[in-house]
Amino acid sequence: MSGSLATQVGQLAHRSVLRTLRQPAQIVPAIVFPLFLLAVNSGGLKDATNLPGFPTDSYLTFALAVPFMQGALFSVMNSGTDLARDIETGFLNRLALTPLRGAALLSGLLAGTIVLGVVQGVVYLTVGLIAGAELAAGAGGALVIILLSVSITVAFGTIGLFAALRTGTGEAIQGLFPVFFVFLFLSSMALPLDLIETDWYRAIATANPVSYLLDAFRSLLIEGWEPDQLALGFGIAATIFIIGMYAASSALKTRLVRT
Amino acid sequence: MESSARSGGIEVEGLVREFKNGPRAVDGIDLEVAQGEIYGFLGPNGAGKSTTVLMLTTLLPPTAGTARVAGFDVVREGPQVRASIGAALQEAALDPLLSGREHMRLQTALHGLGKAERDARGSELLVRVGLDHAADRKVGGYSGGMKRRLDLALALAHRPRILFLDEPTTGLDIQSRTALWDEVARLATEDGVTVFLTTQYLEEADALANRVGIIDHGHIVAEGTPAELKAEIGRPTVEAVPREESDRERMAVVLSRFGERANCSPRAVAVLLQGGESQLAEVVRALDGENIAIEHLQLHAPSLDDVFLAKTGRSLEGAGDEEADAPEPEAVAQA
Repeated sequence: MSGSLATQVGQLAHRSVLRTLRQPAQIVPAIVFPLFLLAVNSGGLKDATNLPGFPTDSYLTFALAVPFMQGALFSVMNSGTDLARDIETGFLNRLALTPLRGAALLSGLLAGTIVLGVVQGVVYLTVGLIAGAELAAGAGGALVIILLSVSITVAFGTIGLFAALRTGTGEAIQGLFPVFFVFLFLSSMALPLDLIETDWYRAIATANPVSYLLDAFRSLLIEGWEPDQLALGFGIAATIFIIGMYAASSALKTRLVRT
Repeated sequence: MESSARSGGIEVEGLVREFKNGPRAVDGIDLEVAQGEIYGFLGPNGAGKSTTVLMLTTLLPPTAGTARVAGFDVVREGPQVRASIGAALQEAALDPLLSGREHMRLQTALHGLGKAERDARGSELLVRVGLDHAADRKVGGYSGGMKRRLDLALALAHRPRILFLDEPTTGLDIQSRTALWDEVARLATEDGVTVFLTTQYLEEADALANRVGIIDHGHIVAEGTPAELKAEIGRPTVEAVPREESDRERMAVVLSRFGERANCSPRAVAVLLQGGESQLAEVVRALDGENIAIEHLQLHAPSLDDVFLAKTGRSLEGAGDEEADAPEPEAVAQA
C-alpha cells in the first residue's frame, strides 16, 4: 500500500499552502519590507535618472524590479525555516515512516513557496503600477513578470530547503538572510551595470547572476519584449533551481537515513 | 523465533549501535516479542531505549547485529518493515498549524489509502482516541494528552501489525496516562497488535506489559514478566507504625524475627519478610502477643525498581522517585 507520487506531492503541497496561508508573519514581512525599500529608494535615488544613458525617466520603474528579488530572498527563509522546523520537531521522521518519496517531499514543500511567489508578484506589480511605474510589455508582460517572480522564488526556495536539510536548524537559515542580501546589494540593484563607475563593484555586479535576474524584470518594465534578457533571466532561475534541487535531494538522502 | 517474527512479532539478535566518538548506545541486545504481546522496554534516560526503537523502525541503521520486524529485516527490507509498523516516537511530532483531521488526511494519503477510505479511517480513529470533538481545531491548541492521543491515532492510520511507542505518556497527567494505557491494552487484546513500548515509568511497565526488558547502558540486564522479575529478586516488606512511640523499640525486636530491617519512615519499623507475604498474619499475631498496639500496618510488594536496583546497583532515575512517592500496597491493615 503506497500512495502515488502525484497523491504524495498533492498532499504535501496542500499542507505547505495551508501552512503558508496560516502564517501571516511569513507573508506580511515578505510583502511589506520590499515595498518599504522601494518607496525609500525610488524617492531618494530619483536623480539617478539624470545620468546620461539611464534607461528610463522613472526611477520607480527601474527600482520596481528589486522587490521581486527581495521577495525571492524571503522565500529562502520561509521554505528553509518550515523544513528545519519539521526536522527539529521530528515531523520529518513521521513522514519518513510512510512510503513517502524524497522527490514528493521536496516538490510538496515548494508548493507554499509558489503561492507566496504569486502573491508577492501580484502585490509588488499592482502597487508599483498604482504608484506610477511603467509596464512597457503591457498585460502579457505582467503575466510574464508574475511567472518570472514565481520561478525565481521557487529557485531560491530550493536553496532554503538545502540549507535546512544540511543544518537541521531554523537558526542557521536565519543566518543565511544577511548573506543573500549582500548578493543583492552587490548587483545592478541601484544602477545599470554600465553606469557603475567603481571598477571592483562593477566587476562583482557583472559576475553576480542577480544582476541578470533584475535585468529580466526591467526589460519587461522599461523596454518591452527582449527575448535575450528574458531567456537569460529564466535560464538563471532554472539553473539555480536545478542546482538547488540536486543539492537538496542529496542532503535529503543524508538526512533521511531510513534503511 | 522465526515464526513469531513472521506472524507480526519482533526478533533481535546482537543489535549494536555505536555513534561516532561516543559510547555504544546499544551494546549487543537480544530480544523477542511475540505477536499480540505488549513488551515494556524499561530504563533510565540515556539507557538506549530510543536508539533501539529508531533501529527497529528503520530510522537508524544498526552498527552490528540483526533485527527482524514482522518477518522483515530492518536493514535489507526497510520499506516492508515500515509498511507493517506504526510508531509514535518520543516527542509527539505534529504540525501545530494543522488540525487533527488534516493530520489524519495527510497520514492516510501518504500511506496510500484510497480517497474514499481516508476520511472514514481518519474519523474512526479520531473517535477512538476521543478527539472527534477537537478534530477541526489546530493542533497548536491541543493539550499534551490530546497530542499524544493524536500521535497514537496517526500511528494506527494504516492498520499496522506492530506498534512502537517511545515513552508515550511522558509528561502526561494521570488521567491522560490511564486513557492511553486503556487504548494500548485494547489494541493488543482485541486487535492483536504487537506493542513495543519504552518507558521510564515502572508503574506503566507493570500495568501494561506482558513482558518487560530492563535496559541499562545499552545492555538488557533483566527480562521476563513483571511477576517473574519481582519474584526473582524480591521479597515483600512489612512496615508497621506503633500507636505509642515508646513501643517502637519493642516492635523492632518482634519484627526482626521475620527478616532483616528495611528502610522506612522515621515513625515506622520495616522488615523484608523472609517467608513472603504469607507471614503477614504471623506478624500481626506476634505483635498482638507482645501487647503492642498498631496504628498502621502495610505490606509492600517488591517493585520493578527493586529489580532495577538489584540488577544495576542503583534506583531507576525519576521513576523510582515517583514510585516512592506513591506506593501501591497490596494489603493495608488498620489496628
